[in-house]
Order: sequence, then structure tokens, then C-alpha cells
Amino acid sequence: MTTMTTSAPEIQGTGPEKQGLSQGQIVRKRFIGNAAAIASLVIFVMILVLAFSAGGFMGIPGWWKYTHNEVNDLINGGRPTLQVFPFSFGEHPFGQDRLGRDTFAQTMRGVQISVLVMFIIGIVGGAIGVVVGALAGYFRGWVDNVLMRLTDIVIVIPLIILAAVLGQMASRVVASNLQPLALGLMVGLVVWTGLARLVRAEFLSLREREFVDAARIAGASNARIIFRHILPNAVGVIIVFVTLSMSSAILLETSLSYVGMGVKAPDVSLGLLISQNQEAFSTRPWLFWWPGMFIVAICLCINFIGDGLRDAFDPRQKKFNAKRARDVVARRPRPAGPAKEQ
Amino acid sequence: MVTYIVRRLFTAVLILLGASFLVYQLTALSGDPLADLRESNQPNKEQLIQQRVELLNLDVPAPLRYFRWLGGAAQCLVPFVGSCDLGFAINGQPVTEALGRAMGMTILLVTGAAILAVVVGVCLGIVTALRQYSTLDYGVTFMAFLFFSLPVFWVAVLLKEYAAIGFNNFLREPHIPPATIAVIALVSGILWYICARGTVKRRLLAAVTGFVLAAGILWALSVTRWFSTPGLGLAVILIAGVAIAFGATTLAAGLKNRRALYSALAAVAVGLVLYFPLQPLLAQATTLMIALLAIATILVGIGIGYLMGGYDRRQNINAAAITAVLVAGMVLLDRYMQAWPAYFGNSRINGRPIATIGSETPNLRGDYWVQGLDTFTHLLLPTIALLLISLASYSRYARSSMLEIMNMDYIRTARAKGLGERTVVMRHAFRNALIPIATIVAFDIGGLIGGAVITERVFAFAGMGQLFIEALVRVDPNPVMGVFLVTGIMALVFNLIADLLYSALDPRVRVKV
Repeated sequence: MTTMTTSAPEIQGTGPEKQGLSQGQIVRKRFIGNAAAIASLVIFVMILVLAFSAGGFMGIPGWWKYTHNEVNDLINGGRPTLQVFPFSFGEHPFGQDRLGRDTFAQTMRGVQISVLVMFIIGIVGGAIGVVVGALAGYFRGWVDNVLMRLTDIVIVIPLIILAAVLGQMASRVVASNLQPLALGLMVGLVVWTGLARLVRAEFLSLREREFVDAARIAGASNARIIFRHILPNAVGVIIVFVTLSMSSAILLETSLSYVGMGVKAPDVSLGLLISQNQEAFSTRPWLFWWPGMFIVAICLCINFIGDGLRDAFDPRQKKFNAKRARDVVARRPRPAGPAKEQ
Repeated sequence: MVTYIVRRLFTAVLILLGASFLVYQLTALSGDPLADLRESNQPNKEQLIQQRVELLNLDVPAPLRYFRWLGGAAQCLVPFVGSCDLGFAINGQPVTEALGRAMGMTILLVTGAAILAVVVGVCLGIVTALRQYSTLDYGVTFMAFLFFSLPVFWVAVLLKEYAAIGFNNFLREPHIPPATIAVIALVSGILWYICARGTVKRRLLAAVTGFVLAAGILWALSVTRWFSTPGLGLAVILIAGVAIAFGATTLAAGLKNRRALYSALAAVAVGLVLYFPLQPLLAQATTLMIALLAIATILVGIGIGYLMGGYDRRQNINAAAITAVLVAGMVLLDRYMQAWPAYFGNSRINGRPIATIGSETPNLRGDYWVQGLDTFTHLLLPTIALLLISLASYSRYARSSMLEIMNMDYIRTARAKGLGERTVVMRHAFRNALIPIATIVAFDIGGLIGGAVITERVFAFAGMGQLFIEALVRVDPNPVMGVFLVTGIMALVFNLIADLLYSALDPRVRVKV
């Protein structure tokens, strides 16, 4: 009898040791298995911690001795003092600019602003995109028509026109210390179109599924069906898209600031720093390298995280393995005859 | 089909109207177009303000001004009237004039970069998909992500510093030090090792070959001072031509198809024979002549392939035509290189040929080839910057598209039938993988024309992006609207093309009529 009870779960596959993983657990497991994505996540978090703790944030002072707009005496011609062996920051780890401002403090402040703007763009754009796409895909009919034509209008207007005009308008209206927030909000109002189309397509296919019918028959309201039944099934696509669009958001913000339409002096952003310092490339290259390296590092990390998330949510692409296919072909017994010609 | 297109175009017009209204209002609201005059200290300030108000109709409220603009712009759509009125820029210049010039420059820049990015990106994507999880795949994937993460203005400064200023300095004394040769050769060896496939021994052999080849070529270039008087010469064209012939045949027909190989080699022979007779003709070249010669080249390739006969002429024709075009390209390149010393020594250039900013050298005098070189040297840096950034996304698209296709059942069927690897990849997989890429490319080109704004700005390239940013800063709606009209129409048209292309390429997709 005992042998039977122990073997029964194995047959049915429902024993405690074979308990199924939830969707979230599977995704988490796959994501953690992705070395590049995890490494990027760690580096990204480290950059955030460094930037926000060094510079201080929202009135909380940071541990770094200088602030980004404080003018100091030039030490050693403003050269960077960062040492790797033995590790020491020195007086001005990333050097100083022509006026003697500390590049480390400026870069950290720039990272803060750029990342903040990036997150606002991601959240605002993501929220609008999800709502527009969900409504259009779920209700179809005239709602869909109106919303999608609206999306088309926004798509046709080049992103940079909208972002530049809205950003400029925002900077006139809002107090200067809230400027980056306004910029992020305005750019977020523009970048939702791709996500809206994607979510609409997801909803169009998901709303025909049986579980939606079941929910409707059970008496669920439209809002409940949208938010409790359909949206969780589309969440993978949304997360991946929003993550990847954040990397383009940070590039957009830095580009706008570079052209002079985003974050403006006296505040700093990474794009603005590069724009201010590009002329000094031959005399003070560090002013140009550090902000640039941080943009690239942040962007690269987010891209790898997004790619890891995509693989975790959608494992379809893993099926075909060229190497294995080749091995199979190579091991296949060849027919007699001109086997050498291949 | 026609109903579908008409309906799409009708919606497009409505979208364009809505969007243009929005853009006009946003630009007009974004600031005060009289700000610079108000702050000026000129004695005739009032008069200047009055003039500008008159010119731009600033006394009319912005929503009404939009309809006045629309009335002028609508005339552009009526064919053969020739009264196209897009209003005036803030400095009194008609927008149509400025826009026409800027559009030409932007298209020149964008087409070159787009074609290069698509070709290189798709090739990289396909190769990495076929060799998934190899060092090459990981390397290219990492590079793609890296390029994707690069801010274009940052790359631009680096390119100006190293590719322009550094290279110009090098050209002053074109001698490559042995240490540099060693480093480049080592890198080349590592690349060959990564790209080669097979056993470790074979890959090491490839690495050594790569090392020796690179070192030899660089040494020869340095010793013969090739960079001062560049040129390919018959010998190089011959060797490279034969290599191209073999490569093109491998891809188009497979080396087993002897007729295709002979067609390709014949195309190389024709190119070499015509090399000297063509030189006096090329000395007085015009754009039209080059275009005609290009068509003639393709026809010659097709002719050779056709005359070679065999059971599958199509394969001969493909191999011969590809080879002919590439060999002709080398002859053309050789001619440009012959003009290099004249360009290099030109007093306007003064030995610093690679330009960091601008779209042409002002007041440059020279023949067709010198002018061509001038355009090349100005396009070089912005093209590289655009290329790097769009290359990455194309290689990713191509890779994932190819991986998906290689998973399909019909690929397994093709393998099961015993078809060779080349046929499976080139005939069954590659063509189908191109379908989604073709639509993405069509969609992208529409956006790219407006998307070169930052690149143009950084390189001070007098294109539409530059026009647009300057107008936006000066709160000058008319040029902004002009640029928007071009980019908006492009985006909508290419969007339609993308959809039509999809249904034309993939018979499973039908447009709803």
C-alpha cells in the first residue's frame, strides 16, 4: 500500500516535490538565471545608490563634501584624483571644470536628475499607454477609432518636436527646482504611443479568450475584467516595453538637454554637462568622459535588464539552438555516395 | 485594394490636418517671436517689430494664422500650378526655398546611412542567428546593446576627435609605427579566431592568417605611402574581384554550380578589360553618366548570366550581377582615389580632408571627382554616427526574425528533404526572415528623416533637423511647419508602404478591403 501511495503522486505529477510554479515564480527564476541581466541590475542599483547617497537628495545632505554648483580652488589644474590601486577618491575624483566646480558632484547630480526624469517618463508614458491601449482594445468600436486616430496624430508628430515644445513650455511655467519633473511629465505625455498600440493588440486577442467570457458570465464589471483578468495577462509585454523605452527615454532627455531644450542651467543633467564641456575635450577630457560614461552605463544596464525580462517572460526564442541543430545534422548518418560534397 | 489605399490616404490627410494644427499651436505658444527685438537697443526698434508682425501676420491669433498657413500650403498639393506658399521664416526668407535645400541634404545623409545600416545590420543579424550562443553571437549582441546605448552627441564628439582630427594628423605623415601595426594585426587575428568555425586548430590557423594578412597589408600601405596617393590598381581589383566572384556565387548559387561561378568570373574579366578604356570616359564624368554606367553594369551582369545558360539561369544571373556591381564599385572607388591627391592638396582643404562640421567646403573648385570626395568627407562622420545607432536595432531585429524562422516546421522539412545548408538558409529561411525586416525598414525610413535632428545639429549639417531646431529656438512656426509637413507625409506614406509591403511579401496577410 505504501509503495502505491508514494508512486501515485508521481504519476499524476502533483506531489509536493513537483508542485507547479506560479507564473511569477517561473519568470523570477528565469530572470535570476540570466547572468547578464542580474549583473546589469546590480550595477544599475550601485550607480543609483552612489549618485543619491553622494549628492544627497530632497534636502537630505549626502556624504560628498562638495555640491554641484560650488566653486572651489583649482587643484592640480583640475585633473582627476581618482586612484584605483590603492583605492582613494582624493580631493576631486573626476576632476574639476574651468571654474573649479567638482565634476564628481556635478556628475552625481546629473545622474540623479537624468534617472529621475527617466523614471517619470517611464511611469507617465507607461500609465497613459496602458490606459489608452486597454480602453481601445477592450471596448473596440468608436472608442477604439477615436483613441487610435489620436495615437496616430501623436505618432506622426516627430517625438522631438513634441518633447521640445512641451519641455520649453513647461520650463516657463514651473519653478526652476521642479523643472526636471515637469520635463519628465511632458515628455511622458508624448512617448506612450508605441505601448498603446502594443497593449491594444494584446487586449484584442485576450478579450476573446474563454476566461474573459467566464468572468463576464460571473457578473464581473468591465473595470474588473480589464484590471483583474486581462491586464495581468498582458503585464509581461508591458513591463518589457516600458523597461526598454526607459533606455530611449534617458537618451531623449540627454539629447534634449544637449540641444538646450531640456534641463537648463543652473541645474545639471548628463546631457547638459556634455554640451557644456564638449569644447574642452582636448584640454579637459575628463569633463566630457565621465558624464558620457554614466549615460552609456545606465542605458546599457537598462537594455540588458529589459532583454533579460523579455527572455524571462517570453521563452519562445530559446527553442531553436543553432549549435544543437548543427550537431544533430553532423551526427546524422550520411547516405552512401558523394558524402564529402556538402 | 484600391479602396483600401484610398481609405488609408483619406485617414492620413485627416491625421495630418489634426497634427499640423497641433504643431502650429504648440510652436506658436512655446514663446515670443519678438523677444530678441524687444530686448534690442536699436533706434528703429518699433519699426523692426512692426515689420516682423507684418511679415509673419503676428497680429492674427495663432489658430486663425494656422488656417492662413494652410491655405498657402494647400496650393503645394495642386500639381502644375507652381505656387507653393509655406510662408516666410523669421528672417524673411521663403520657407519653400530653405526647405528644398535642407531636404536635399538630409535625404543625402539619411539614405546613405539607412542603406548601409540595413545591409550591415541584416547580415550581422543573420550570421549571429545562425551561430547562436557562439562567441561571435555574444560579441555582436553586446556591441549592439552598446551602440544602442550611445548618445549620438557623445559619439559625435569622439568621432570628431579621433576619426577626423586624429586621422587628419596621421595623413600629414602617413607612416604607421610598428607598434600600431602589431596591435591592429593582433585585433584582426582575434576577430578571425572568433569568426572562424570548426576545431580549435582550424580557428587558430584562421587567427594566424588574419594576423599575417593585416600586418602585411598595413606594412605595405605604410611603406608605399599609400595614404598620400591612394588607389587600387588592376592587381588589387583582380584579386578582390575573384574573391567577390567566389563569395557571390557561394551565396547566390553554391560553388557546385559551375556555370554560376564562371558567369561571376566572366563579370570580373569584363570589368578588368574595361578598366583602361573607361578611364578617359570617367575623366569627364557627370552624375547622369555614372547612373547610366551603373545600369549598364547590371545589364552586363544579367547578360553574362543569361548567355551562360544551364538549367537555372536565374542563379547565374544573380551571381554575375552581384559580382559586376561590386567590381564596378571598385573601379569607381579607384577613380575617386585617383582624385585624392588633387583634393588633398586643394588650397581650401589644405591637407585636412576629413571635415568635422558642415555639409560642404565653401568655394571649393574642382571636377566631378573632387566635388564628390568633398561630399564624402563631409558625410563620413554623420553617416558613421547614424550608422552605429541604427545598425544595432536592425541586427537585433534580423537576429530574432531569423531565429524564429529557423524554428519553423518548413525549415525542418527542408532539412529532412536533404537540401544543402546553403539552400535551406538562403532560399527557405533568409527570404522569409526578410519579410518583417522589410516592413520595419519601411516604417523606420519615414521616421529617420525627422530623426536625424540631433545628428545634424551636432555636425552643423545644413539639413532639415538644423532648420527645425533653429526655427524652434526662435519661435518661428513656418519653418517648423515646413519640416513637419515633410516628415509627417513621409511617416504616413512609409507607414502605408510598410503595410502594403507586408501583404505583398507575405501571402498569409491580406489587407481588409
